Amino acid sequence: MIDATDWRPSASPETLRRRAALLADVRAFFAERGVVEVETPSLAAAGVTDVHLDGLGVNYDGPGAPPSGRLWLQTSPEYAMKRLLAAGMGAIYQVARAFRAGERGARHNPEFTLLEWYRPGLDHEDLMAEVAELAARIAGPRPVRRHAYAALFRTHLGLDPLTAAADEVRECVAAAVPGTTVAGLDRDDGLDLLFGARIAPVLGQDAFDFVTDFPASQAALARLSPRDPRVAERFELFIDGLEIANGFHELTNAAEQRRRFEADREHRVAAGQPVPLIDERLLAALEAGLPDCAGVALGLDRLFMVALGATRIDGVIAFPVERA
Amino acid sequence: MASFSTNQFKSGLKIMLDGDPYAIVDNEFVKPGKGQAFNRVKVRNLKTGKVIDRTFKSGDTVEAADVMETEMQYLYSDGEFWYFMDPETFEQHAANEAAVGDAAKWLKEQDVCNITLYNGEPLSVEAPPHVQLKVVQTDPGLRGDTSSGGSKPATLETGAVVQVPLFIEEGEVLKVDTRNGAYISRAKE
Repeated sequence: MIDATDWRPSASPETLRRRAALLADVRAFFAERGVVEVETPSLAAAGVTDVHLDGLGVNYDGPGAPPSGRLWLQTSPEYAMKRLLAAGMGAIYQVARAFRAGERGARHNPEFTLLEWYRPGLDHEDLMAEVAELAARIAGPRPVRRHAYAALFRTHLGLDPLTAAADEVRECVAAAVPGTTVAGLDRDDGLDLLFGARIAPVLGQDAFDFVTDFPASQAALARLSPRDPRVAERFELFIDGLEIANGFHELTNAAEQRRRFEADREHRVAAGQPVPLIDERLLAALEAGLPDCAGVALGLDRLFMVALGATRIDGVIAFPVERA
Repeated sequence: MASFSTNQFKSGLKIMLDGDPYAIVDNEFVKPGKGQAFNRVKVRNLKTGKVIDRTFKSGDTVEAADVMETEMQYLYSDGEFWYFMDPETFEQHAANEAAVGDAAKWLKEQDVCNITLYNGEPLSVEAPPHVQLKVVQTDPGLRGDTSSGGSKPATLETGAVVQVPLFIEEGEVLKVDTRNGAYISRAKE
């Protein structure tokens, strides 16, 4: 549908000028710390196997095309940046466009800006401190608090997410999120819904709230904790109820990473979803040796929403998908 | 039967839930970066007006409600039903008291109304925003007072009672806003 006014940006020119100044400050933050800016492809031969991330494919049969004749718009620059780490780049960051199919709402646009950085020699604890410093610089200082994922569930919902059976999780969903059809909900889906509906909204009010020790089933590309293998060395930052950043003490074991990718693919087969190929170049890089490091992906649009007082992502980007 | 995916959800969309037609009032997309996406919606029951919360896994589909809005001409009422005619097909539809609701007191023969049809039956009737109705009863106003802010009740030909300026007399035709029941002006011929 053509609307006579939709040629205009959804964010005001004044807001976009302030956004540009904040972006310059982000770059200054990393320059001061000797973290090098890199650029990696938006279009690559492999996508992600992640169960809950759907990539957007682009037909390409020009020179250099992969055998599939298809390239994938990257859902994050993670794999390419890890290849740079394995090649010895040292500390790096990127301000990257990321693309995710089907994600649109007040806090989502299918094309958005990720700030991703990696710190060889640091673990997730050190990196959390650096994430808090950046957040304070861009959005103003707030007290930093930490919460274990399981402790939040026990406090807000009286549920132990590490030990509860799938049925208990579904019962909790039925009671805490009325109007949900729980039949097709698996254990992690239920935990995601409870977290998103009942816990995230209360986090980050007048604080930077870090959530740590995610369940091992949600480890993604993080190491499992040596203290307690039921949890992963993964953290997230919440501000004003918004999920701002997701970080890992990175898994460097290629065999373990391949097992997780295969498990993702099996989950996708069972769910009747498309099954992307595994990124063999990433696994080859891990086999060659990824330095011990921590990395984090931060939704820059959302951090700017906090800094600029916007309640919708449309308030900080020029042209959301409906006007693109 | 037509259906909608959660990707098509937006305010105003008409869907079937538990055998009743609903309109989406609000649609919130919720997704952790690494987790399952959900659509948390507020929906209004089109029969009862009640608003409830529902949560769907994103990508799920729901049946579309066979609900459409159309303009029809009001013909007459026999006390139990109000009869309307589709101006294109000349087909007549009978709306019961629950469907007509508050619109009843504004309906004058031949006025064109917005009707919501569910499975072809009138579900709700909206009176035209502005109607012209004759005053059948009002007390005499004060002669010469044409500007002061005073008002008095006047009963209109459909039975509705509205507050009108003191200079309005019986037999005059008035323009009234049906959305708030306010007098707008004398009708111009």
